[in-house]
Amino acid sequence: MTRTERLQALHAAMRERIVVLDGAWGSLIQGYQLTEPDFRGERFREWPVDLKGDNDLLILTRADIVREIHDSYLEAGADITSTNTFTSNRIAQADYRLEAFAAELNREGARIAREACDAATARDGQPRWVAGAIGPTNRTASMSPNVDDPGARNVTFEDLRIAYTEAIHGLIEGGTDILLIETITDTLNAKAAIFAAEEVFEAIGDRLPIVISGTIVDRSGRTLSGQTLEAFWTSVRHAQPLAIGLNCSLGPEDLRQYVAELSRVADVAVSVYPNAGLPNQFGGYDETPEQMAGSLGAWAREGLVNIVGSCCGSTPEHTRAIVKTMRGLPPRAIPEHRPVMTLAGLETVAIGAI
Amino acid sequence: MTASPEANQQRATFVNIGERTNITGSARFRRLILAGDYATAVEVARQQVEAGAQVIDVNMDEAMLDGEAAMARFLHLIAAEPDIARVPIMIDSSKWSVIEAGLRCVQGKAIVNSISMKDGEEAFLDRARLVRRYGAAAVVMAFDEAGQADTAERKFAICERSYRLLTEQIGFPPEDIIFDPNIFAVATGIEEHSNYALEFFAATARIKAELPGAKVSGGVSNVSFAFRGNDAVREAMHAVFLYHAISAGMDMGIVNAGTLPVYDEIAEDLRVRVEDVILNRRPDGTERLIEVADRYRRNPGEAEVVTMEWRNQGASERITYGLVHGLDEFIVDDVEEVRRQIAQPIDVIEGPLMDGMNVVGDLFGAGKMFLPQVVKSARVMKKAVAYLEPYIEALRAEGARSSNGRIVLATVKGDVHDIGKNIVGIVLQCNNYEVIDLGVMVPAQRILDTAREVEADVIGLSGLITPSLEEMAYVASEMERQGFRLPLLIGGATTSRAHTAVKIAPNYSGPLVYVPDASRAVSVVSTLLSEAHFEAFAAATRAEYDGIREEHLSREGAANRFPIAEARAHPAPVRWEGYTPPPPQSPGLTMYRDYPMADLVEWIDWTPFFQAWEIAGTFPKLLDDPKVGETARALYEDAQAMLRRIVDERWLRASAVAGLWPASRVGDDIEVYTDESRTTVAATIHTLRQQTSRDRGRAENYALADFVAAKESGVPDYLGGFAVTAGHGLDERVAAYKAANDDYSAIILEALADRLAEALAERIHERVRKDLWGYSPDEALENTALIAEQYRGIRPAPGYPACPDHTEKGILFELLSAEANTGITLTDSFAMHPTAAVSGFYFSHPDTRYFGVGRIERDQVEDYARRKGMTLPEAERWLASNLAYTPVGA
Repeated sequence: MTRTERLQALHAAMRERIVVLDGAWGSLIQGYQLTEPDFRGERFREWPVDLKGDNDLLILTRADIVREIHDSYLEAGADITSTNTFTSNRIAQADYRLEAFAAELNREGARIAREACDAATARDGQPRWVAGAIGPTNRTASMSPNVDDPGARNVTFEDLRIAYTEAIHGLIEGGTDILLIETITDTLNAKAAIFAAEEVFEAIGDRLPIVISGTIVDRSGRTLSGQTLEAFWTSVRHAQPLAIGLNCSLGPEDLRQYVAELSRVADVAVSVYPNAGLPNQFGGYDETPEQMAGSLGAWAREGLVNIVGSCCGSTPEHTRAIVKTMRGLPPRAIPEHRPVMTLAGLETVAIGAI
Repeated sequence: MTASPEANQQRATFVNIGERTNITGSARFRRLILAGDYATAVEVARQQVEAGAQVIDVNMDEAMLDGEAAMARFLHLIAAEPDIARVPIMIDSSKWSVIEAGLRCVQGKAIVNSISMKDGEEAFLDRARLVRRYGAAAVVMAFDEAGQADTAERKFAICERSYRLLTEQIGFPPEDIIFDPNIFAVATGIEEHSNYALEFFAATARIKAELPGAKVSGGVSNVSFAFRGNDAVREAMHAVFLYHAISAGMDMGIVNAGTLPVYDEIAEDLRVRVEDVILNRRPDGTERLIEVADRYRRNPGEAEVVTMEWRNQGASERITYGLVHGLDEFIVDDVEEVRRQIAQPIDVIEGPLMDGMNVVGDLFGAGKMFLPQVVKSARVMKKAVAYLEPYIEALRAEGARSSNGRIVLATVKGDVHDIGKNIVGIVLQCNNYEVIDLGVMVPAQRILDTAREVEADVIGLSGLITPSLEEMAYVASEMERQGFRLPLLIGGATTSRAHTAVKIAPNYSGPLVYVPDASRAVSVVSTLLSEAHFEAFAAATRAEYDGIREEHLSREGAANRFPIAEARAHPAPVRWEGYTPPPPQSPGLTMYRDYPMADLVEWIDWTPFFQAWEIAGTFPKLLDDPKVGETARALYEDAQAMLRRIVDERWLRASAVAGLWPASRVGDDIEVYTDESRTTVAATIHTLRQQTSRDRGRAENYALADFVAAKESGVPDYLGGFAVTAGHGLDERVAAYKAANDDYSAIILEALADRLAEALAERIHERVRKDLWGYSPDEALENTALIAEQYRGIRPAPGYPACPDHTEKGILFELLSAEANTGITLTDSFAMHPTAAVSGFYFSHPDTRYFGVGRIERDQVEDYARRKGMTLPEAERWLASNLAYTPVGA
């Protein structure tokens, strides 16, 4: 299948049903109990800084593990698997002095996911899709790193745009179907990613669907950079995304009202992949696959969601339960666009509402 | 004056865009940013949001600033303030790089202000694509390769073209487009500007109706630009403008939310006058707004305590006190006391008296004394000088007394109005300039000969009626031809900076300055005569006038006008269906000889009387004004005292004539018939028609003839005319005052005579409406309502905007036998003498209104000349102020 054919199939599937995105990577990688030499592999044996903890680097040093995790989620029934590239950009990789490998990480990460999907499709004929994960980086363009100087910034829009352009080129070369701008804490970072995506689309003469997924930090329901969900949606709507949603954040119980809010305001598909509850006192997550599938199933029956999955603390078992629950449930009907000028700061202002 | 929550509620859907963080609009913000005080600048933003701004406009366009860096720094800082960052930002710059720097700093959905087709379609679409990529909405100016649009039609055409390009070529969401159809200043004194607000409203309505989703915005403060320095009036103009703009569909505007008064809470008098200029409802709207503007100016009050303790001071101090306070009771004693101490009597003038007058000049310059006080000071000064004159005469050596300079003043040929010129003369004398006042109706050659003879330093020309403008241009061209290089000052009620720049400046290469009022005269003359500043000032003024002229010419070319035939196709909207014109109860002429003055006193409109003294404000409120109230009350008392003498001692006599005749419209002319048989044409009144092209949908090109039923309709209609004067006996009395060195009383008398003539015109018009024509028999209006012209019918005067041709006054005077019946004569420029006189036509249809003919094209002037039996150059000379083109051979 070409990407065009796969994307046609994706749109068709989303009209029919709720599609399922895979789950967490971190908890599964933890299970492999990898050590510094595993992360370094042959290639980075002499690297001057410690590399343990750079999970994305496993794409280059332990591709077998990365492939295995993709396979396990696909085997559990996920329609979409996301690449292991959450920090694969030159800003985040600077922590490991691996800026120069950002493009390669994205390309290889997408390629491994692509192979896993193609293998699964070859087995059962069902299409599977690769979502190229684009994380927020470890810096924010809207907030000062220095409490004494609120005007200071440690990253600029331009820095971000350049880093994201490189990452997106890599993901597309490696065979991704979707660009997944996820775990957004600062909308300005996300806007730099959107800007970069548009530039890349212009350069390659083609467009890929974008899924935009924010995260809220507490029960105030705002992003880390202070926006309400409606303001967040208003600020990224120009990306004309396939879906807008939330990930990570809170556990399903606390997240529900915010999913409902997004569902109310967004005239595109809504995606949600929450954590398996909030971290407990041991740093683990307590939500069982059944509990999680139960919450997501309830939202689906309320007509709030189009794409579901799970985030931190989840496993292929969670995915399996979710897939089972979603079977036969209709996707959220996408509301018609109301052409009202809506602007946003931290909050929205609608002008001349009809 | 802040908006109440209830009123804000009514405008619930309108979005206020705060303008205080715009460096080009806020002097305070500019100072803070230039000083690097960003912390306080952030507080400005906070105050705006607290005051209700729903979007804040941020502009850093300042030559001394790195705009990109300043924009980024400020946006970063306010991003850290949740109270401010909650509202969207409007990123405002004329530089794209600054806009882009701003877009890279905002996480929300901002508005870019602005993009336009100014640099062509390609650049426009490139920027629009970027705006979209950054996730912003855009303000699109009604601006294209040919310039900014000023008519409703062109505004809409540009917006429509922009809309199509954006939505069809690059998929820009229509709801993210905000059109700014250009708000321009009204009430600037330039006639072409008077319709600007209406053009904006019309364009707005069309955009909202025909370009779905698009929004309309604008920089509201532009509309009040002419009233810089008077925030109260500006804010009232903003509120009134918005009131109508929002009705037309305006969605948002750049306004200072904190100081926007509620429409309904604006003092009614101010609101009505503001509305007159915003809606271009009457040709004299601007003057009427200026009349009241100062009354609303916010200033801390000042009070002065007057006691007799001043008599205990030294003689020099007493002289100064007497001059400043206009007290002449002791001046001769004080002057005599000083004269005895000083060897040369001339030194009394050069010393203590001039010192005192300098104090007066300083106080006047600082706005702490007002014109009536200064004129009183001059009266004291003249009395002192008159006392010293014989002593000086005995010792006089030619040129012993040194003045600051010598100025020749004249009211030009054909014109008899001199109040303003007299005031300028007095103010200059108070500042130790020698003034040679040639009086009124002075031919060009006499002005120039005198200037040579006395070795004048400056020539000042004044005039009130429109033909005087042409005469001034002629004087200027004669100065050029005869090799004069003297500074030439232009002043008087109908003159303007634009007129000076466009019509006079091209005739004279020497220094030329328009002087808007007496208070400006001293600083202009002193600058012109200062070696240090002369060159820079003259050059700057010349450059300014060149700019005005160029702008005017480019506008002239750009303005759309209909050919006269087409203009006639959309006449004034006068409803004739089911309407029967009222026949007069007393047709023919009605004379009022020696009209009782006592009857007029209570009908005086005092506001223009104070205006003549440069005391702005509305009577009687101006009497209580904390700043000028005291001066005004003193002047009013003096005027009342004089009025009693005018009435009791019959100083002035009034007479009037009114005529009502059968009449019909024939084309743009009005035929006046000798009697109801309508067979003999007594006279033909020629009217001029507006040719300005407004919005296609609602073109209305008024001519006075439209207010009279057409001959072919067979409906019998009527026309009236009048001439009144209250000025018989005026010249003698004024001359007597002047001979007594009492200019103060002379000017009061002249101004009162003018007011009495106006009151008489108003009274006769009332008699006409209620009795003679009798179409409003039950009308009962108070004086204030009369002043506000809240009655049916109009009385336009030849030489004024609805009927700009002064020569029609000749036809009117013949119809009325005005000279025989009232004693008013016409000069060869058709100015009336005595000056305290009013004449005009009466129209009775309920749909009549005042309007201005505005600029007219050659096709109409040719037709008009033919109708009047004039040559084209002759017609062009009389209509010079209204020509939309440059006549051949001019």
